[in-house]
Amino acid sequence: MTEQRTLGDLALEVRSKNAGPFWVTMELFLRDEAGYALAAEIVDEDLVASLHEVRAQDVQIFRIPALNVVKISFPRPVPQGGLHDRDVHAGQHHVPLASVPAHPRG
Amino acid sequence: MSAPDGAVRVLTPTGMLGAGFTESSVDRGLELGADVIAVDGGSTDSGPHYLGSGTAKTTAAAVARDLRILLRAAARARIPLIVGSCGTSGTDSGVTWVAGIVEDVLREEKLDLSVATIFSEQTADFVKTRLRDRAVHPLAPSSALDESTVDECTHIVGMMGHEPIVEALRAGADVVLAGRATDTALAAAVPLMRGLPAGPAWHAAKIVECGGQCTTNPRAGGVLATIDRTGFTIEPLDPEAACTPISVAAHMLYETVNPFVMREPAGELDVTDAVYTALDARRVRVEGSRFHPARHTIKLEGARITGYETMSFTAIRDEHILANIEEWTDLFVKVFTGRVAQTLGLDTADYAFDLRRYGYDAILGSLDPATRPPREVGVMLLVRAATQELATAVAKVANPLMLHLPTPDMDYLPSLAFATSPAETERGAVYEFALHHVVDTRTPTEMFRTEHRKAVTHD
Repeated sequence: MTEQRTLGDLALEVRSKNAGPFWVTMELFLRDEAGYALAAEIVDEDLVASLHEVRAQDVQIFRIPALNVVKISFPRPVPQGGLHDRDVHAGQHHVPLASVPAHPRG
Repeated sequence: MSAPDGAVRVLTPTGMLGAGFTESSVDRGLELGADVIAVDGGSTDSGPHYLGSGTAKTTAAAVARDLRILLRAAARARIPLIVGSCGTSGTDSGVTWVAGIVEDVLREEKLDLSVATIFSEQTADFVKTRLRDRAVHPLAPSSALDESTVDECTHIVGMMGHEPIVEALRAGADVVLAGRATDTALAAAVPLMRGLPAGPAWHAAKIVECGGQCTTNPRAGGVLATIDRTGFTIEPLDPEAACTPISVAAHMLYETVNPFVMREPAGELDVTDAVYTALDARRVRVEGSRFHPARHTIKLEGARITGYETMSFTAIRDEHILANIEEWTDLFVKVFTGRVAQTLGLDTADYAFDLRRYGYDAILGSLDPATRPPREVGVMLLVRAATQELATAVAKVANPLMLHLPTPDMDYLPSLAFATSPAETERGAVYEFALHHVVDTRTPTEMFRTEHRKAVTHD
């Protein structure tokens, strides 16, 4: 059995960061057009909602073919710097997205 | 010295004053004909503590080191130096702090530069008056503001656009030390003052705001943007670094919700149709950026105290506890809350806590896709209460558990690995950002107060 490829495997970089104190944003920088096409298809509002336990209607997705980038923004689920914020800059929250299996929907 | 045909060259040495850069990179920018040096001194990115407490994230020595290079460069080239969001959060205390450092450097270096300080802190009364005027509006995802929230804020700042900075420069300031300002207003101010079009001015300002972040080597230092009538050109100051169409365009993604449309006080930058072209191996030309004027608004930031925290940290290497970390955690919470009730007479409405298992699932919690067993786990207990004394009392009740708590099936008491003695660290007041709203302005400068200090001739 071969190891399953993930979106992270198709990307040069996957990153997340605060976009101001009230939003989180993350980007998948895909290696090539094929990877971009696959990621642009796989990543949608419902997927992000399930990965991050947020409401799908609050998720914004920007698909940017000129840069082979899929960008995602949503309101920060936990107040920045509060008692339950374990990632003040939201810099480690890209990992669930990077771990999504990279195969087209059947 | 101005660039030909009215172009303006903006030198941004770093994304954050105090982060450091080489003097040679600034010299290089002057050789290329820089017309202004613009540098950001703050951000909300490190959390609400800095605004809430009115203190800086950077240390004075690092800010002084950077300012010494920039003030000498500004004096030598006779070009203005603009610093924004002084003291991290742009409170009045932050502006005064940076102004004091500037004054020391000017005296030590015998530089005769005039300094304008622009204060951006807002009183609760002003905000409440504008609220009653129905001139305060929430930004998504926040809801309408109420007066009690305004009263609870320890500091409120308004985020200025380019207008107060332009006014200070026109009044003769060589150095402008601004309170809270949009990152972009600093670099956009001189191009806009010289009558260059707003689209390229704001777009260039957005690209340079994080210094070398828009280059192929973000650690290489600053950049120079040349804004003209039809667009702008950007290049790194480090001759080894390069800007490429991808590295420049990709910077619009960084820390933005929407990478195509960005609100400034005076309107909206729209880069949907911007075209990024390589001029050579390290310079990029950008054209097609637009700016749509809109109702002038100023964004408010405010922070309030949510309580006081005490932190305790222990660590586990015992294989049996690691293999049963969920059971250990459940037992911890049960015994801990029971002991707090028994000894301090408090229930969980009187305090709050967060138990984090570093090395296991502390960062992502239930979102974590990994299921690997940990080799060791650091257990952080954060307790928040209405006073520091109470938070520490609660954390001290947890101390014997963080030292000796077994799993339910163990028939002996383990001793766990406290990281420090004493185990508890008092964190002081903790804050949260309470405002995410804009105020309609009557004039772009009415919320800001500028003081001028004339150049002193040093003997």
